[in-house]
Amino acid sequence: MNRFLLPLAAFLVVVGFLAVGLTLNPRELPSPLVGKPAPAFSLPQLHDQAKVFSPNEMTGKVWLLNFWASWCGGCKEEHPVLLHLAKSGEVPIYGVDYKDTRDEALAWLRQHGNPYPLTAVDEAGRVGINYGVYGVPETYVIDKTGVIRYKQIGPLREDTLQAKILPLVRELQNQ
Amino acid sequence: MKWLLLIILLVPCLAGAEEARPLTDNPQAEARLKHLAVELRCLVCQNQTLADSNAPLAEDLRREVREMIAKDMSDKDIIEFLVTRYGDFILYRPPLKATTTLLWLGPFVLLIAGVAALVLALRRRQKKLVDLSLSEDERKRVAQLLSEGANRL
Repeated sequence: MNRFLLPLAAFLVVVGFLAVGLTLNPRELPSPLVGKPAPAFSLPQLHDQAKVFSPNEMTGKVWLLNFWASWCGGCKEEHPVLLHLAKSGEVPIYGVDYKDTRDEALAWLRQHGNPYPLTAVDEAGRVGINYGVYGVPETYVIDKTGVIRYKQIGPLREDTLQAKILPLVRELQNQ
Repeated sequence: MKWLLLIILLVPCLAGAEEARPLTDNPQAEARLKHLAVELRCLVCQNQTLADSNAPLAEDLRREVREMIAKDMSDKDIIEFLVTRYGDFILYRPPLKATTTLLWLGPFVLLIAGVAALVLALRRRQKKLVDLSLSEDERKRVAQLLSEGANRL
């Protein structure tokens, strides 16, 4: 009896580790930028090249920064969620058009709808690197003082929005 | 006819017979980039190094590293630049930290546990061995059996 107990215990430990491992998503890396000030940038706007957008214009507001591109499949997937959120008016979503061409991005927004009050253009992907973007779509929750509070990697889903992002946004808005 | 065939066969050689462009004109900077890029993980295709990957992000990051090399930044500064943005995951050798102690020490703990288990098992087995003493007759019989066996070979 005793001689089976030890292998059984070892087996259960391994099963425990593997079970936890199965629930983790290796694509989702914790961002070291959460809790740090959002990197500054100044990028031309998508709809009006002559104007620029910079995150410090948003000081005093809680807002979302969404990296997207017309070539990105996941962006199409999350788009209805963004449109719905934009309509509700709970929190403004600003876009960064990441490594894209202006014409295609504009056409994409015309076709699928535009949830963004404003989209900035990061053609070379440098701002993306400063934000640690490694796979669009990525969405950042930024608080009134310009600190990143949350990072969503991959398409935003309605359930994550309701369970995590909106409660966080409301909490930050009340601060 | 033969000539025509030869010409047709040579046509594809004209297309794309260009060597891959070196990443910079400076071979020293290129060597540094290579040296750094094999230590860094591509975040898109996570089991490839930054040097191996053709993902657009890897290309951008190589460009970024190349520019930092041109600015004469130290390896340490370049790696720190990337770690502050992408986290330790970008490093193929994670640093020893509170969160990575299990990763670094785990194999040694398992090794020690294995050796301890082996020593214990061997000792236990040794205790089970009972010294059997043979009588004179039995000794003779053993010798006889052994020599018979030897003769048979």
